[in-house]
Formats: sequence, C-alpha cells, structure tokens
Amino acid sequence: MAKQIAFYVEQKFCVGCKTCQVACKDKHDLKVGQLYRRVSETAGGGFEIKGATVIPAVYAFWTSISCNHCGQPVCVENCPVGAVQKQAADGIVYIDQEKCVGCRKCVKSCPYGAPQYNRETRKTGKCDFCRDELAAGKPPVCVAACPLRALDYGPLNVLQRKYGKANETKGLPAGGQTQPALVIAPHRDAL
Amino acid sequence: MIEMNTDILWKTQYSRRRFLKLGAATLGFSAASGLFELDSFGAWASAQAPMARERIVRTSGSHNCGGRCILQAHVRDNRVVRITTEDDIPDTDKTPQLRGCLRCRSYRDRLYHPERLKYPMKRVGKRGEGKFEQITWDEALDTIAGQTKRIMDQYGPDAIYMQYAPGNAGRVSERVWMSRLLGLYGGFLSYYGSYSTAATQMATPYTFGTTATGSSRDNWAHSKLIILLGWNPGETIHGTNTAYYLKKAKQAGARIVSIDPIYSDTSVALADQWIPIRPTTDSSLLDAMAYVIITENLQDQAFLDKYCVGFDEAHLPPGIPAGQSFKSYILGESEDQTAKTPAWAEAVTGIPRETIIKLAREYATQRPGALIQGYGPQRHAYGEQVVRSGTVLAALTGNIGVKGGWASGTGYQARSHFVAAIPVPNPSKARISVFCWPDAIKRGTGMGPEASVKGVKQLSANLKLMFNLGGNCLVNQHADNNGTARLLQDESLLEFLVVSEQFLTASAKFADILLPADNMYERDDIVMPWGYGDYVLFMNKAVDTVFECRNGYDWISDLADRLGLKDKFTEGRTIDQWLRYLVEETAKKNPGFYSYEEFKEKSVYRWQYPESSIAFQKQIEDPGNNPFPTPSGKIEIFSQRLWDMNQLQEIPAIPKYVKAWEGPEDPLRAKYPLQCIGHHYKRRVHSIFDNTGWMEEAGAQEVWVSPVDAAQRDLQNGELVTVYNDRGVISLPVKITPRIMPGVVSVPQGAWWTPDEQGVDRRGCINTLTKYHPTPLAFGNATHTNLVQISKG
Ligand code: SF4
Ligand code: SF4
Ligand code: SF4
Repeated sequence: MAKQIAFYVEQKFCVGCKTCQVACKDKHDLKVGQLYRRVSETAGGGFEIKGATVIPAVYAFWTSISCNHCGQPVCVENCPVGAVQKQAADGIVYIDQEKCVGCRKCVKSCPYGAPQYNRETRKTGKCDFCRDELAAGKPPVCVAACPLRALDYGPLNVLQRKYGKANETKGLPAGGQTQPALVIAPHRDAL
Repeated sequence: MIEMNTDILWKTQYSRRRFLKLGAATLGFSAASGLFELDSFGAWASAQAPMARERIVRTSGSHNCGGRCILQAHVRDNRVVRITTEDDIPDTDKTPQLRGCLRCRSYRDRLYHPERLKYPMKRVGKRGEGKFEQITWDEALDTIAGQTKRIMDQYGPDAIYMQYAPGNAGRVSERVWMSRLLGLYGGFLSYYGSYSTAATQMATPYTFGTTATGSSRDNWAHSKLIILLGWNPGETIHGTNTAYYLKKAKQAGARIVSIDPIYSDTSVALADQWIPIRPTTDSSLLDAMAYVIITENLQDQAFLDKYCVGFDEAHLPPGIPAGQSFKSYILGESEDQTAKTPAWAEAVTGIPRETIIKLAREYATQRPGALIQGYGPQRHAYGEQVVRSGTVLAALTGNIGVKGGWASGTGYQARSHFVAAIPVPNPSKARISVFCWPDAIKRGTGMGPEASVKGVKQLSANLKLMFNLGGNCLVNQHADNNGTARLLQDESLLEFLVVSEQFLTASAKFADILLPADNMYERDDIVMPWGYGDYVLFMNKAVDTVFECRNGYDWISDLADRLGLKDKFTEGRTIDQWLRYLVEETAKKNPGFYSYEEFKEKSVYRWQYPESSIAFQKQIEDPGNNPFPTPSGKIEIFSQRLWDMNQLQEIPAIPKYVKAWEGPEDPLRAKYPLQCIGHHYKRRVHSIFDNTGWMEEAGAQEVWVSPVDAAQRDLQNGELVTVYNDRGVISLPVKITPRIMPGVVSVPQGAWWTPDEQGVDRRGCINTLTKYHPTPLAFGNATHTNLVQISKG
C-alpha cells in the first residue's frame, strides 16, 4: 500500500472545547448544520444517594471525529459517478465538487457520518485533510487549532508506532468495517 | 437514572431541530447564512476596496475573556475571510503557541452578523422598550454633551458614573477615553471590584496582603496533587493554554481532583476524581478537611508557627479574647461549640465523610499540592469565606511559597509586568462596588460605607447619568433582570443613559443614545492577559470600520471638543500616537522592549525567564527581609482588620462556613427545592457570541438537570421547561445529564435576556433568577446563590 495519511485523536485529554470543529468550519466556510469535524459528548451513569450524601458513578467523554480517509472507503465504492476519490499518493479521500451530483449515497454509507450534504449547493462535501494546507507545508487546521494538543496527524504507520494501533472507541463503529486511518488514545471511560 | 446520554449521531447529519425551534421562539440565528453571501457587508467592502491578494494581519481578542490569544486575520478585499491562530513559531514546552479557542475562531460569524448596529440612534419609545430612531453623529454628540453639562452643573460629579463594561478590554477602549474625558471635565463616580472576582479580590488580601498569589503554571508539573475547587479552565479559558498546562501536570504524574457541582469539561478530560458539592458549602468542606488535618496532627506546625497569625490560641494578636483562633473554631471550642467534623460537613455539602477524610489526608501528606480556587465558588452569598478558607488550608499544609504548591486565594500571577496606561486624572475620589450602582441610583445622596462607598464619607448626589460603553452588565449580567429593568425604566431616577455597542443587547435596549461601536478587528489596540502568561499583545487593525460605526477615541475626541476640552483631552495626539506613547512608556520600565514598529509587526512581546515563578517564595525562604504585605507581616489566618469591623456574624475574623441565604439549608427550599447556578459556557465569553449560529451549534442554551431531578418532574431530554422563583421565570430546553449533581441545576450564564409580553425570558438568562443582594465584605454579586423550581412546558 502506498503511504496513508492519518489522524491521531488523544481522546483521553480532549476537553470537548470544539475548537477543532469551529476552526474547520471557518476554514471551509461551513454553515450551521455542516460539520466536517464533529465533537460529540457521551455521558452516562448515575448517582447513589445515601442519606445526605451524593455519590457519583458517572462517566463522560468527548469524541472528535472527521473523515478517517479509510483504507476501505465505502463512500468511494458507493458513489455512482466517481466523485468520491481516494488520492493515490497519500490516501486522502475527497469529493470532487465538479462531479458530485448530490445523491447522498456516500452520506448514507459512511458509518462515521463524515460526508455532509449541503442543501444550498446540492452537493456533498467533507474533510479533505486540508489538502491545500498540507501542500503549503502546514498541518491541517484542526490539528493546529487544538488548545490541548490532543490532535495529531502523519503517516498511519508512524502514528501507530508512536501511539499504538487502537482505531475505535466506545460509540464509534468497529474499525474493521472500513479500515479507518485513525489512531485513538481512548478516554478512560471509553475503553 | 440514565444509562447513556449522547449527542453522537454518526449516521445522520447534525440535528438542526433545536436551532429551528429556538430560532422561531426567540432569536434568528441568521448570521451563518448571511456570512458567506454577498450581504450588506460584502457590498460595503467591495465598494471600498479594489480586488487584493489575501494578507495576514496579526491581532488578538479584546473581549473580556480569561484568555489572550494570537489571532491571524486573513484579509481579502477589506474583508476577514478566515481566522487562524499563532503558527509562526514552533509549539514548544517553554513557549507554547498562544492558541485561540472556538470563540475567536468563530469570530467572522459575529463580525459579519447582519444585526450589527450601524448608525447612531436615539430612543423614541419608553426606556427599555427597544424602540429607536436613526440620528446623525452630530445630533448624538450634541445631546450627550448637553446632558453631561446639565447633570454636572446640577448635581456634580457623583451623579455621573462609568459603568463596568469589559466588552472591550483594550488599553485604548472607549471606556478608558470616556473616563479620561470625564476626569478632565470635573470627575465622575468610579467603581472597584468586578462582577467576576469581587469577593476574592477583597478577601484574599486579608490573608496575604495581595491578590497576586499565583505561581507560574509550569509549576504544576511539580505538584503531586492538584485540587480544582470550582475551577474549569478548559471552558472558561482562565489564561490561554491553562488547560494544556494541567494536561502537562497530569502527564508528569499529578493526581487531579475536581470539586464542583458539575462534572466540568476540564474534569472530564483531566480529573482522576470528581467530588460533587452543593453550591455555597465549600467552606464547610474545607473546614472539615482542616478538622481531619488538625486532629490527626498532619498540619505543618512549624510553618504555622513561623509564618502565620491566628492558627491557634498562642498566635492570636494581643488583646483578642480566648476562643477566637482558627483551631478553636474547627475543634468546636469557640462560641458555636460545633466541631467541624467530616460528619458535620457531610450533611452540609453532600460529600461522604470518608471522601472528605481521604482528601484531607491526601492534601496534607502528598506534598507539594495545589489547591486552586476558581471564581465560581466566590460568587456566592458569603463568597469571601471560601476564598479565605482555601488560603488557610494552603497554610495548614505548608503549601505556600514552594515549588508545586499553591497559595490559593485569587491566584493572579505573582510575576507581573508593567504596561503603560492612558492617564485618567479623576479629581473625584468617590467609588462604589461594581455591583452597587442600583443603590447609587435609588439613594446615592448620603450613601456611605454601609453600601460599599469608598474614598469619601458619603456620596453627594444620586446617580443621574451613566455611560455604558461596551458592556452588558447593566441588565443582562447584573442580578435580577426584572428588578433592574424596572429601576432603569424610571426616567426620574437615572436621567440619561449612553450606550455604545455592536448589537442591540438586553442592556443596549435601555439606552437613551445608542452608539454603534467599531469591532476589535477594526481597530488597533494593546491587550494583556488578565490571568496568566508573560506577554503583551498588539492588536493590528485588520479591516476598515463599517457603516457609521466609529472608534471610541474618534467620537470621544469630538465630544471633548463640545465640552471645550479637545486639546487637553487629545494632547494633540492621534490614536496612533497614543499607542506609540504607550509603547514608549512601557519600554522605559522594560529594558529591551520592542520599538513601536517592531511591536506592531511582531504583535507579541514575551518576557523571558530562566525560572518559573513561585508566589511568596521570598517571604518563605527569607522572611526576615521579606514580610508578607499584611499589617502583621505574616499570613493572617486571623485578621485584626476584619475583627475591628465588628460584624463577626457575616464577616468573621477567621474564615468560617456561613450558611447562605438561598443555600441548601434555607427553609425556602420547601418552595424552591433546587439550587441554581450559572456556569460559564464554552460557546460564549459572558454574553458575547450569544447571538451567533456557529456558537449555538457548538453549545445550545439549555438548563442542566440531573436525571434524578428530571425523573421526579417527568422531564424529557430536550423539551422546553420553565425555571422560576419569586424573581422571575425563564423558559428554555432542558439537558438531562448526569454531569450535574442531583439537587442542583445550571443555566449557563450569558444568554440574552429576552422577556416576552408576560415577562417570561424566552432565551434563558440566569440573571432573571438571581438576587440583588451584595456580599457582606466585598459588596459583590452572589450570582450562584439561587433557589428555583422547574416544571414542564
Ligand atoms: S483536516 Fe481540515 S477539513 Fe479535515 S477535519 Fe481537520 S480542519 Fe476539517
Ligand atoms: S480542539 Fe482538541 S480538546 Fe478541543 S474538542 Fe477538539 S480535540 Fe478536543
Ligand atoms: S475567546 Fe478568549 S480564549 Fe478564546 S480565543 Fe478569544 S481570547 Fe482566546
């Protein structure tokens, strides 16, 4: 396989600030309702109330996810006009806006909800790994934005060597489905 | 009890349901649709400038935020097309990039909001009704000059007030210029304290003689234990990069414990343990920890003997009767005859006694430890107490002046830097607490120290003219929106109100003259971090000011002209020359500081230090030559000054747990069983950004309710609920989450008060429910002290 570029998400230190989500929106001029990178909250558990006391048994964590530029991208397979493409050089999956007919087959097939349909342009867009930034020698915008330095990127094999091989976390689809180019350091509650 | 509450919608696109519902009910979040089209801003910009290449302008945020970050405006055709953060230096441990948060990253949504104020206006309806008519700048300034003259002649300077308005926290904000002008014109009534930190600013110096009790943040990497007492910097951004420093401390091995009614964003990511606590009871917890430490003889007795006054009977100041020491109070040997045992605190705080005992032992033995106080707990009925309780615990454990320790209290960084300010000569010495201006309106004449007045014995006039320039504390961020609105509506009391703003906020609606302010991207300025960090930032103007919005210096110079003070006011300087003056004055005291041109170009000056800074290190290492800046020269656990005030029930000489009105022990709970707080929300800086779509998407305005309380009321996640007490009613969606403890609800602070015809606030402003009841010592706001009930619908 050629080189595959990938994201690292240090979920265990993510404060859920959504700076990555918003910086991405600013970069790509996304309207409300469209999120190429999404930060979601998961919380559960409850309390034991004994007399005057309140004892928490609560868990919570955030998941920051964009497109995973998967090894087996179902979106590419499902696009009837070949608008969704996987770039040979680095494995980036992008949507050719010229070709996209807005049929939303990719939206429906992606288990991560990455492709975002735009009602006004009647086309679907998604994370393109900030290809223009990469070409200019800069990190993707979300990575450069994270105040906690909880995001990183690089060749998948390098990230795996550095951070391990986990590519799923509680609430995310199993990694086997699409071979996401993703490395996660799961939160203690998401193991 | 719920098993799982998640907003993850992997398979479907982000739900718009709530925005639509909310938009229909209250505000139109139209910004995001106007932002990228050829809106009026676009048309305006393209008429002004020829096609140009993208250029990058370095600036910062000057709204009242705990962070000060580097922002880079990408500008094309006189329009900001993108915003990035510092990326021209490597991001290192020693010099981390000053990365902005989601709020400033979303700023275009605010800058190009279609509802920005565009022209000067005068009120045409009743005050507060929000009916205005466009006027010219000349008419606006003539009116303001006329009213200022009239009120100064008729009532004198005590009748003229500069309202706390930190929406523009720059060195050359409109507030600064207006203060200068009013000072030159004869003086004005000014304030002390702040809506954020009134109690801690006042109380901390009674222990240490200063509010500068914070070490530099790299110290935390040496802490074994870090206790976040009501502190959530991941969300409040209490200093740019603060949460990142906590992450590094955790990676270095610190155990982090969060004490908070909410399992905060910071806690979720960084805390090893969450201890939920009933609001207003922090001193009870800290007292019980002291009890454990003292009875198990874990205190640092040598430290207490050497550096402190009033820990035990042997160290009370001369002439103080027996039984007044901190130790006597804790052990139940003072008047109240109540030992502050973990069992006692358990009943008050809701924290199991075993948890308290463990935490106390840990803090006393796992040294160094940092007990860091957030500002939420001190915005309570007796907020002064928790501040001092924390400082005493730090003394008890000898965690002051040492690497990895933390003195507690306000925590402003001890290492500070001189940056020059515009001279504001105010001949009038009268000051009131920032929270007490309603009293100055109602009964200013004769008002004295019993109602917060300092600098003079009594005020000589009622407050008649107010300038509210770039702030929403007039109504929205003050207490009791309904009561405040009634006060302001009475034109026989406050006679004239000038507001300068960017939007028609709840406060701006009450203006008699409403001026359209320029935006932070449209001006040059200098800003400093108010929390942590060794740097100062230059804000470069990125784009031209739009429509008829004007810079403060510009219109206030014209106002000065009308008052016959133009030359005195301007000293012949342009704004650019004033900024140069500030840089030159700053450089005089900081050898090696940049020239004006260099500072503008680099936009950031960083002071470099080989060592981290530790508050009170000198006082501890060499006390003979370095007394604490208190009257006794020591850490004053017992304060003679407080004792002499002789109001010991509410202002004890040693910190005590004082039962709060509308706290968990108030009988009013029979009617209003829930304690209501208003936590800071990532999507707003106080009330700024409430009206923008991107931020509503990042964090909707919802009241947080625990699954326990929701089940008792049959509430469904996301439905509209009513939160109310005798002061007001708000209506907003409910977020049912186990991240808030049962018995407590939170209305994230800063939503814009939007009363309907029945007076029901349809947006969910916490201050519709809060009480105008100043704290006893600082006369500060007790925002998080409220009892409420919630019902469906
Ligand atoms: S790489 Fe770029 S497009 Fe993809 S999520 Fe990050 S900021 Fe958005
Ligand atoms: S910017 Fe970083 S810390 Fe904030 S939500 Fe994104 S990944 Fe998490
Ligand atoms: S809102 Fe505050 S912390 Fe966030 S980027 Fe702006 S200045 Fe920095």
